[in-house]
Amino acid sequence: MTRERTDFWVGLFILLGLIALAFLALRAGNMSSFSFAPTYQVHAYFDNVGGLKVRAPVKSSGVVVGRVAEIGFDNQRFQAKVTLSLEQAYAFPKDSSASILTSGLLGEQYVGLTPGGDDKDLADGGTIEFTQSAVVLEDLISKFLYSSAEKEGSQQGQATGGAAAPGTGQ
Amino acid sequence: MSRLANRIAALGHGFASWITGLGAFARLFSAILARSSVVLRRPGLVSQQVHFIGNHSLLIIGVSGLFVGFVLGLQGYYTLNRYGSEEALGLLVALSLTRELGPVVTALLFAGRAGTSLTAEIGLMKAGEQIAAMEVMAVDPLRRVLAPRFWGGVIAMPILAAVFSMVGILGGWFVGVILIGIDPGAFWSQMQGGVDVIDDVLNGVIKSLVFGIVVTLIALYQGWTARPTPEGVSRATTRTVVSGALAVLGLDFLLTALMFAH
Repeated sequence: MTRERTDFWVGLFILLGLIALAFLALRAGNMSSFSFAPTYQVHAYFDNVGGLKVRAPVKSSGVVVGRVAEIGFDNQRFQAKVTLSLEQAYAFPKDSSASILTSGLLGEQYVGLTPGGDDKDLADGGTIEFTQSAVVLEDLISKFLYSSAEKEGSQQGQATGGAAAPGTGQ
Repeated sequence: MSRLANRIAALGHGFASWITGLGAFARLFSAILARSSVVLRRPGLVSQQVHFIGNHSLLIIGVSGLFVGFVLGLQGYYTLNRYGSEEALGLLVALSLTRELGPVVTALLFAGRAGTSLTAEIGLMKAGEQIAAMEVMAVDPLRRVLAPRFWGGVIAMPILAAVFSMVGILGGWFVGVILIGIDPGAFWSQMQGGVDVIDDVLNGVIKSLVFGIVVTLIALYQGWTARPTPEGVSRATTRTVVSGALAVLGLDFLLTALMFAH
């Protein structure tokens, strides 16, 4: 085979490799969701961030308006400090609230922004005051168990005349 | 008693010769790296090797990738269906391929397809005294023969692994979306939501690059140190596959622990 023919096939081979890499990055990976729009940073403090990850989406009304840039622990407030980088195209009132939500039943967690009614907008480096932490499954279960046990106890109490303590009715 | 002592001595000797082999392997690596300027001076030599190692391996890599993708699609669907989350099939297929199966299976096939032919070629060159003839003519065989083959393998391997992953994902898509009927939007969006370009795709490429270096070097080393007899060349070819596969699997464990354990 002549030199030029070999070079042609090698060139084709390398082109195929580049196409495969582009496919993996754009079609299979999250490269296409990388946004190069200018952003500004705001902070929010949460009691519990749950399973929130860096680069998780920030959504308002279900639309992605930014990404989580950093998650750290603030040793002054003893709360998790989450830095959000929001796209410059979207401005939110100063009294907007942030909550950590889950997409689907077992999906990934994201930050939901609910706009407030203030005249002034959040500036770069500003802080979102109203936050709602992630729902922790264990807390939810223990609350549920506690309330159902309480209900059961009060029902048994009524059946035995109201004065007896729960558990002594049997 | 003395037989037992001999056994123990042989054990020590075997270990010592293994260490010596490792040292010779590292020396060959640095000798090839030191002579790599030939890549820039005579790129034709490298492109010839990329053609020989890469293009000729494309068929087996593509077909294997397609079938691995098919099987991943079927098996993944079987398991995910139990939990009612078939939509995650795309994510499962893409993550398994880009992180592990793409680089590892490609490297194993690469050792079998391209590594053996490199070893046999160099071993036979030695047996036919072509290497000695080159040295007589003051042509450095490390520069003329080994360095282009090394770089050809290092260039071809990541490309082959990327092609394997791409074809595998398309195979998983074919089984999941076309045959089984999973919603295509969910299939791709779950995949894009879970596969990170840096963490998964780039780390997979780094893995395949490392495997390419190691497998090509093992193949060259086995050919270079083969005894110049038909039996010696056949043994060297076998050793290329065995130690290449073991090196790939061992390194894969190390690299996975380094890259994904956080």
